[in-house]
Amino acid sequence: MVKTKKNIYRSKRSLLFIKAVIFFLLAPSFLGFSLTNSSPRDAYVAAGIGDARILIPFLADDASSSSICKLVYNGLTKVDKDLNIVGDLAERWDVAEEGRLITFYLQKDVKWHDGTPFTSGDVKFTFETILDPRSGCPYISNYADIEEIILVDEFTIRFRYSKPYTPALLKFGMGIIPEHLFRDRDIRTSSFARAPIGTGSYKFVRWESGQYIILEANLDYFEHAPGIKRYVYRVIPDQAVEFLELVSGGIDSMSLTPYQFRYRSETHDFTSRLEKYSYLAHSYTYIGYNLKDPMFSDGRVRRALSYAVDKKEIIDAVLLGLGESCTGPFLRGTPNYNESAAAYDHNPAKAAKLLKQAGWVDVDGDGILEKDGVEFRFTVATNQGNQVREDIATIIQSQWAKLGVKVDISVVAWSAFLDQFIDKKKFQAVILGWNIPIDPDSYSVWHSESMEKGGLNFISYSDHKVDVLIEQGRREFDPSKRSEIYRTIHKQIAKDAPYTFLFFSYATPAVNKRFKGIKTAPAGIAYNFIDWYVPEDEVKYQF
Amino acid sequence: MKNYIIKRLLFIIPMLVGISCILFVVMHLAPGDPTSMRYGLNPEVSESARANFNRMYDLDKPIPVQYWRWIKRFFTMDFGKSMIDDRPVIEKIMTRLPATILLQAVSLLVVFCIAIPIGVISAVKRNSLFDRVMTIVVFIGYAAPAFWLALVLIFLFGFKMQLFPVSGMTPWYTAYLDEGAKIKDLLWHLVLPVTVTAIGSLASLSRYSRSSMIEVMGENYVLTARAKGLPEKRVILNHVLRNALLPIVTVLGLTLPVLISGSFILETIFAWPGMGRLGYEAIMNYDYPVVMGVGVIATVLTLLGIFLSDITYALVDPRIRFNK
Repeated sequence: MVKTKKNIYRSKRSLLFIKAVIFFLLAPSFLGFSLTNSSPRDAYVAAGIGDARILIPFLADDASSSSICKLVYNGLTKVDKDLNIVGDLAERWDVAEEGRLITFYLQKDVKWHDGTPFTSGDVKFTFETILDPRSGCPYISNYADIEEIILVDEFTIRFRYSKPYTPALLKFGMGIIPEHLFRDRDIRTSSFARAPIGTGSYKFVRWESGQYIILEANLDYFEHAPGIKRYVYRVIPDQAVEFLELVSGGIDSMSLTPYQFRYRSETHDFTSRLEKYSYLAHSYTYIGYNLKDPMFSDGRVRRALSYAVDKKEIIDAVLLGLGESCTGPFLRGTPNYNESAAAYDHNPAKAAKLLKQAGWVDVDGDGILEKDGVEFRFTVATNQGNQVREDIATIIQSQWAKLGVKVDISVVAWSAFLDQFIDKKKFQAVILGWNIPIDPDSYSVWHSESMEKGGLNFISYSDHKVDVLIEQGRREFDPSKRSEIYRTIHKQIAKDAPYTFLFFSYATPAVNKRFKGIKTAPAGIAYNFIDWYVPEDEVKYQF
Repeated sequence: MKNYIIKRLLFIIPMLVGISCILFVVMHLAPGDPTSMRYGLNPEVSESARANFNRMYDLDKPIPVQYWRWIKRFFTMDFGKSMIDDRPVIEKIMTRLPATILLQAVSLLVVFCIAIPIGVISAVKRNSLFDRVMTIVVFIGYAAPAFWLALVLIFLFGFKMQLFPVSGMTPWYTAYLDEGAKIKDLLWHLVLPVTVTAIGSLASLSRYSRSSMIEVMGENYVLTARAKGLPEKRVILNHVLRNALLPIVTVLGLTLPVLISGSFILETIFAWPGMGRLGYEAIMNYDYPVVMGVGVIATVLTLLGIFLSDITYALVDPRIRFNK
């Protein structure tokens, strides 16, 4: 009898306990994030193949340093999950004098990690330092049109431009560094370049060269304290080892290769610990034709080659289906991407017809087309070490062979590839990829002035209409009008087919399941890192 | 002896200059350059920013001028600054060198403790089952590519059985542990890299000690020792082994360069924060000053290794010591 009573008592108590648990589990959704994040806990261990180099935002030009800088520093602006520009250290801004005067109104209660208040002086100092050639900022030309920086008051700052430059708003996402620590010091060798003090959601703790970097949650962060107590970056140079570390729990996330994503992630070890995500990566892969080469000067030939490429076969073979076909240089799903642009869906008959119109016929019956006694034979070059591109080369070789086009493949080490083929414009066709910047400005790749040395229009694409539109796009501050410009550019480039646009690949990260609050968006998964959290009972690193 | 040591030490200098010259030329013969490696096809980096980068690191000067500037600084023990992060090269190397020395010293010790007994037993029990099996085993170890062996061991013992850590030297969480736990953790992380390094060097040392033993066993004084009725154990340990070890001291010194060159790949696989990996990454990034620095330090270590083994040889062999 006593026993039963005890049991009833116990079960009542446990019922209460369950109720309490349910309450606390649900409470955060009523109270917003403030409760889940009231006590940051656990650690998130990321990994990369290389160590960070320098933790100054405008000198960081590698992935590891930039990812750390993003957590430690803030810019004036940032992009939200849908890639819209929103305020970060700037509460708001206005644009006047047709884009030549941008005024930022700053957040007022922001403090540097050492407790000093953040003011407009820091902003002025940062951009003055960037514009000083002695700092060696590689992105200096992004700010070259700044004519004058005017301090209005402690929390208001104006930038006067010599000419309107719309991409500027995004370029103001560059991390702001503290004036009181860097003034009159050599930025590049200052100790703060390796032990940074920022305004960001995480504070720097420790950097063990070649091994790891530890950051700790900034409890006073002006948005709100992050949900995860520590951010750790580990250097693991070998990618096979990185995968073993991921599955055995040594690291909490990595980007999987398509092969790992499809075939190595079905084991119990993997599925019980890790969650896979996939979203469009901000990059595309293309075949570029040298328009100065007489073989490719005829648009019909380029269109024919595009029609002859079976993009689906390529995506299925080299990306194992983890990609989407691509028709132009902007990110699919954004307003700049024109879904009605020419897509060149696989159509061998049309390709053959176009080549015939252009005068390419197999006269001697050897299976290779000729025109004026010249065989349709050219070299496709790509860089060594990128298996995807090497595989694409092999596939298009066979796809074009069916059309009567003979292709030789040349795979060359990256720096030699740039030196011998790209810089000297001595190539016929190349397989390469571009990152798609969040700002759609296409000057350096598609404007005819970028054919000169230093520009990236190495295929020598030149179209007056596109030139004019690109220049307009750099002046237009109205988002919808601006998108319309890029949609037109997209359509025109697709029509001219100077590239065969192949695909956007998917980013395919895996993250340990104990991290909650991850939502994929056009910006990826990292945009809301401060909202990620680990439930109390799943915390791995208790200290 | 003193003169001999000074002579040997002075000889290192022209050797270093020669090697640095070859290294410098070979490095610049490789197609490509640091700027295009870093900023090639990057729409965000303008031509003028690249030119600025070239100016900052003297890359716009002719190669002989660059070498002249380098060698001038070198004689003041200044290796310049890394193009990657602007840290002094010597500082970068010195933060990485202890990890490499730790790994190599432990490996060398392990090799010594395993290879010599194998060699001795193989020589004493020549053509026995042990001898034959060991011959096969050490040669498999020698023939197996180190990077492959490393991955196999990581997969089996680190990943499948979870006996040892997959990679790294001192994991981040040890920053929150006490000293004792840190050392225990470090030893734990040493096991796999040391094993792989040791397996590769077992063959040469064990074979050398075997043949050296066999040679000495044929000497007349060994016959004498046996004839006067010494127990076999004392014959082997006191008379044969002592004399057989002499040439092995030299081999040990020559093992050092092999270990250092092996560390370039092994440290990369094991995420070991050593000098070899620093050199590997520097080569991949065309970070000329660091490549030169690592090259010079590796050369110095190698020459010192050979030098030390010569000195030890002289110390243990009276015939050399007294032969002025």
